[in-house]
Amino acid sequence: MGMSKYIAQRLLFTLFVVLGISILIFFITHIVGNPVDIMLPLQATDAERLALTQALGLDRPILEQLWTFLSDFAVGDFGMSWWQNRPCMEVIMDRLPISMWLILLASIISVVCAIPLGIVAAYRPGSALDRVVTIFSTAGICFPPFWIGLMLMLIFAVKLGWLPTSGMGTWKHLVLPAVTISFRPMGHLAQIVRFEMIQQLNALYAVTARAKGVTEMSLLFKHALKNIMTASLTMIGNDYCKQLGGLSAAVEVVFGFAGFGHLISETIENMDFPLLQAEVFFVAIIVCLINLLTDILYAAFDPRIRY
Amino acid sequence: MEQSKKPKKTSLLRRFRHNKPALFAGIVLIIILTMILFAPIFTNFGPAKSDLANRLTGPTTEASMAVGVTQPHFLGTDQLGRDIYTRLLYGGRVSLNVGFTVATIGGVIGVVLGMLAGYFGGWTDMIIMRMVDVWASSPTLLIALTFVMILGPGQKNLIFALLINSWTLFCRMARSQVLIIRSSAMVESGHAIGASTNRILYKHIMPNIISPMVTTYILELAHFINAEANLSFLGFGVQPPDTSWGLMIGEGRKYLTQAPWIVIFPGLMIATTVLCLNLIGNWIRDEFDPLAVKL
Amino acid sequence: MIDERAKKTLLSVRGLKKYFPIGGGLVTKAKSFVHAVDGVTLDVMAGETLGLVGESGCGKTTIGRLVLKLLPKTEGEIFFQGEDIYQYSKEQEKNFRTKAQLIFQDSFSSFDSRDTIGKIIGEPLLVHGIASGSELQDRVSQLLLDVGLKPDLYNEYPHTLAAGQKQCIGIARSIALNPDFIVCDEPISALDVSVRAMVLNLLKDLQSSKNLTYMFISHDIRVVRWLSSHIAVMYVGKLCEYAETEEMFAHRLHPYTEALLSAVPIEDPRKRNIKREILLGEVPSPVDPPPGCRFAARCKLANERCFKEDPVLEERKPGHWVACWENFHGESEIS
Repeated sequence: MGMSKYIAQRLLFTLFVVLGISILIFFITHIVGNPVDIMLPLQATDAERLALTQALGLDRPILEQLWTFLSDFAVGDFGMSWWQNRPCMEVIMDRLPISMWLILLASIISVVCAIPLGIVAAYRPGSALDRVVTIFSTAGICFPPFWIGLMLMLIFAVKLGWLPTSGMGTWKHLVLPAVTISFRPMGHLAQIVRFEMIQQLNALYAVTARAKGVTEMSLLFKHALKNIMTASLTMIGNDYCKQLGGLSAAVEVVFGFAGFGHLISETIENMDFPLLQAEVFFVAIIVCLINLLTDILYAAFDPRIRY
Repeated sequence: MEQSKKPKKTSLLRRFRHNKPALFAGIVLIIILTMILFAPIFTNFGPAKSDLANRLTGPTTEASMAVGVTQPHFLGTDQLGRDIYTRLLYGGRVSLNVGFTVATIGGVIGVVLGMLAGYFGGWTDMIIMRMVDVWASSPTLLIALTFVMILGPGQKNLIFALLINSWTLFCRMARSQVLIIRSSAMVESGHAIGASTNRILYKHIMPNIISPMVTTYILELAHFINAEANLSFLGFGVQPPDTSWGLMIGEGRKYLTQAPWIVIFPGLMIATTVLCLNLIGNWIRDEFDPLAVKL
Repeated sequence: MIDERAKKTLLSVRGLKKYFPIGGGLVTKAKSFVHAVDGVTLDVMAGETLGLVGESGCGKTTIGRLVLKLLPKTEGEIFFQGEDIYQYSKEQEKNFRTKAQLIFQDSFSSFDSRDTIGKIIGEPLLVHGIASGSELQDRVSQLLLDVGLKPDLYNEYPHTLAAGQKQCIGIARSIALNPDFIVCDEPISALDVSVRAMVLNLLKDLQSSKNLTYMFISHDIRVVRWLSSHIAVMYVGKLCEYAETEEMFAHRLHPYTEALLSAVPIEDPRKRNIKREILLGEVPSPVDPPPGCRFAARCKLANERCFKEDPVLEERKPGHWVACWENFHGESEIS
């Protein structure tokens, strides 16, 4: 069916994008900024500067540096983190999985909540219930997530004391960050589901199905839901990539959650060039793989799509 | 919102009045903009004026203890006794400035590239759209953050970093509009009935291009106000003593339990502004494109 | 043939050519040209209908656009009521726009989707300053009635209508100025079979009630036969044959016309055993075509001369013109 060819093509595209981004990041860090200036105090002597420049290999031609940089990446050597003095790979592996789980949890929460909300709203468009859902979903999109997080913390942790304010460890620590992160995709998704649902319900086949005597409930679930799955999938996949690519940082900071987003924020505060390069590389690969995965699932949901 | 009856031949203002949420949003937005632009008229305090005697006071209608000032701290004070209400007005300048600048420059770059791609087609189109595709599947926020790290935090650098991701949506929109209009029988039909080129341009082509562009601009503006808040919250935007809504939340979050108002009000400002922009953007999209499904 | 019918001739086209450049950019010159229309000469009589038939891509739509001056020509002359439309002054051109109109294949795509039906139909009247205000509204309501629609559609949007009704809106827009001449560019081929007859009947009724002259462009020779008084058959930018409709159906003088006719499905099953001309091969590309008859590559009768010299359109019988070196005569009963 050409599927494997398509996947191969996409993997090639992924490689291309990751390579491009790596080169871009290399040039940003090596040409726009000078690591030596950042790492050494202002009063450093010229001899100190020269020593560091040589140690970092910054005195060699730029293309040679680029080659070393890329070939190190290719074999999985991301160098040492300046800030933590550990291999970058190790630092990232400490923090990345926990964030991936957190964002996955948030995605699940958003899907589980958004689909019923969208359906309920679409069932009687214009009703009071529909309005409530619309307001709620718009708020989810418009309110800054870190602020939502702070408000949830104020209510559920500070005032009610049901959940811990910050930190990690138990499942209770996951609840507030995950719910906070889920608001934005939930809002988007509820709107998409509502829109698609109204479209589908008005579509001709819905009329035919009613004429055949199918009850409305089974109609909603059998026909329309399958169609909205494809739209939801793209939405969730996109959002997952954005959250992992730094959007979740603010929320993780709010809840003192030592995840990948928090790590990105700390990396920048500490001006840790090699670590940031490695982070960009990891995110680029994960983003491309998730895009590929959504495309494949898309084809599984929608038989009209063949690659 | 109205769903069944199409508006009859009425003026723009009338149509605007008919959509209550959009009307409300428009009024609120004008109030916010006016107060921010003419901030010194609306407050007696300075944004950085600290008043340590009154630090962390809650919202109140009582006059402050400082000598010679009669205006109360309506919305309370922060950890240094600075008036929250005043800081909201001045911080709003930064937030809106960043939003407008990024959306405008990004919009111009994106529209120009999109129109080039749509108009010339072929190689130009392929290269530009490939760039957009690659951009769409790259971690642009991280790349922006890399710039912030190297250039250092600050308003200008933040604008520069946000610009990285600001042009793609405009580019896509502009390209599709150009393609639609270029191959359009609408233009030919106009010529066939003897309409002048000016009439076709101003009555048919421009409105068809402009309304989706305005919608995109407004929604992107809202998006970048949020993005600025996000990065300023993390401390990568404007630096103290200047402030923005996002930074106010970032600075105030340590006092969440004692003085939640420091955090609550800036958040409400961001939310209100972004919400109003969204309502207006959606209204424009629905109103000027009868093909869009009215819900 | 101009002289004897000069009074009745509404539109005459002489040696019309239209080449579209391929490739080439702002600086570089085009390397090759699409010969979309390559030396066409024909007349359209006032009050009659000329059917222009040919496969898609043969240049018939381009001719339709050229005679309305919607495209710049490459060469040749087009006379409307005796005057060259490419020599018009601004004034004359404006006048011409009220007299000659176009009906699109897909009218809906020619509407500004932000406009109401009233605005769409009324625009020509407004542009030419013929009517405005309540008078305009009355005129538009009358036009809606003329095309068989309800006047209360005035404030509706066209996307709410069915395809056939959209086409009627397009027709109403093009008859708004009481034109003399309308180019119908495949007006029914985008429609469902069920509404085609409705639109065709409407066109026919309007022709007699408003004394219209049509140039009816179609790939379907059956439709053309039903509506047209004259037929011109086109093949890759050139005319093959031109005659009155019944004459053409009785005596085909060009092998391509014969092939077009035998492609028509036969309704009577008893007649289905009649030998058919099935065209083999591909339509040649109109990009820098080789010399000789363009149909030669697919023609059974083609000889050496056909590949070398271009046949000239000549009047072989009174009023029956053909461009073919061979003396072909298709007389077998076809439908």
